[in-house]
Amino acid sequence: MSELQKNQQQHITLAEESLQKQSTTLNLGPTHPATHGVFQNILEIDGEKVLDAVPTIGYIHRAFEKIAERRPYYQITPLTDRLNYCSAPINNMGWHMTLEKLIGIKTPKRVDYMRVLIMELARIADHLICNSVIAVDTGALTAFTYVFQWRELIYEIYEEICGSRLTTNMGRVGGFERNFSDVAFQKINKFIDGFPKVMEEFESLLNRNRIFMERCIGAGPISAERALNYSFTGPNLRAAGVDYDVRVAQPYCSYEDFDFKIPVGTTGDVYDRFMVRNGEIWESFSIVKQALAKIAQLENDDPAQKDIFYAPESDHYHLPAKEDVYTKMEALIYHFKMVMGEINVPAGEIYHSVEGANGELGFYLISDGGRSPYRLHFRRPCFIYYQAYPEMIKNGLLSDAIIALSSLNVIAGELDA
Amino acid sequence: MTNEIVKQRLSEKFGEQLAGFDESFGMLAVSAPAELNLKIMQFLHDDEQLKFRFLTDLTAIHYPDRKGEELCIAYHLHNLVDNIRMRLKVYVPIERPDVSTATQLFSGANWMERETYDFYGVNFVGHPNLTRILNVDEMDYFPMRKEYAMEDPTRVDKDDEMFGRGGTVA
Repeated sequence: MSELQKNQQQHITLAEESLQKQSTTLNLGPTHPATHGVFQNILEIDGEKVLDAVPTIGYIHRAFEKIAERRPYYQITPLTDRLNYCSAPINNMGWHMTLEKLIGIKTPKRVDYMRVLIMELARIADHLICNSVIAVDTGALTAFTYVFQWRELIYEIYEEICGSRLTTNMGRVGGFERNFSDVAFQKINKFIDGFPKVMEEFESLLNRNRIFMERCIGAGPISAERALNYSFTGPNLRAAGVDYDVRVAQPYCSYEDFDFKIPVGTTGDVYDRFMVRNGEIWESFSIVKQALAKIAQLENDDPAQKDIFYAPESDHYHLPAKEDVYTKMEALIYHFKMVMGEINVPAGEIYHSVEGANGELGFYLISDGGRSPYRLHFRRPCFIYYQAYPEMIKNGLLSDAIIALSSLNVIAGELDA
Repeated sequence: MTNEIVKQRLSEKFGEQLAGFDESFGMLAVSAPAELNLKIMQFLHDDEQLKFRFLTDLTAIHYPDRKGEELCIAYHLHNLVDNIRMRLKVYVPIERPDVSTATQLFSGANWMERETYDFYGVNFVGHPNLTRILNVDEMDYFPMRKEYAMEDPTRVDKDDEMFGRGGTVA
């Protein structure tokens, strides 16, 4: 031990030679205002340059996979809400679709289109947060406060459909718990009318903004090859130039009926990720419009379609309407059986994935025929790509590391499950 | 590219060593001895025709009743070129849950294997940093194994019968 170290406070154990070394160890997080979530990184920095980073995760681990082994199927939907809580409806729908695949329920077209509509609104909300936060971290708060009004409107639409805003617990196996109200459609139309202008302004604030571009271009890059090796999915993989999208690769929920493009980048840096998300917002917006038109078309062709919001064969799994529970015997029986978790699901092993807002969200479900999963594993996209973070920020500036983290769209709830 | 071709190529290469195939819900699932896991993945990765070069998911499952193969490690692989998925499963005994690491082949396997170790205690031989990832470092058991019940054991309203299974788990 050197002379210097002897005079240090006794309760701090310094590593040997730590006072002699030229670099600084910096503890970033877990509650740093610039990390937007509980992320801790122990950085080794030389001046402004990042030499190494060691992420620590698990601060909000809630053992969802263990809990899921002791919950009836319908009680697992709220667990999925809390994975990527910025786009909870996508998680909910993904989980319902996994179960429907296992049980063998075919959902009607109208249900599919309603789901697509909600999932794409959720994607827009998620991307709006991510992209506007990149701007905040580069020092521009205006765009963030501006687009948040429109995220708010999306949350109002959720509220109109399922009663809650952030952790939505939306839908049931086979469809939705109730039909979309007229107010819900009014709000969706309000969104469609007002949003493009806002998005254009958002883009004109940032896309070709010299300061923003200088900050983002070249920050936190990853090559397509490394991204694939790290099992990247979603906008982060597409920003590196790989056009993999689950909606196209394995269409679910009638995505094959829709016409949309997959935006891709080239260098996989912060700017590309930002631009890919902006492109996806426009594509999602177009899908929302198409879905609404398709629903209108279905209703136009057959007015009876107006009342279809769940698959008829899912009666054993779909909670009946409350007024029916009080007046009809079958509805009361089903309600009781479902709430008590007495509905068995066939045995089987299934992997189903959806394109979540930040990557491929997979559900690996093993059922032994019981009333709860034997094993349920969530393939959480950001848990998988966050491990590339040290490699991406190495030899860059500390300020680049901050925007690289926000541009990866790592959501703590999903990271830690 | 179909499941049939993958099956055929794998059978040609590994023949009788593979324990079985399954094709439920359209996904090919291959069971194999644990010591072959890396050989098979390397073959799937390098083969010019198969090209399974994307590791989608890696996890484990605990089956307390299967003596000698209590832990199952499941890999989900994806051929992005031909857009086909498959699942590889290997089984290890719980007393000696050793299996080769896939980190040399897929960088993304690093944290997935750490998570699997953290919750099931699968020992990935050759892993660069096989430490706990989501749980606290001081934890001395593997919480996702079935012997750790979720509920308070004194509760009778939450026994296995309520979940459609007879008797109690392990």
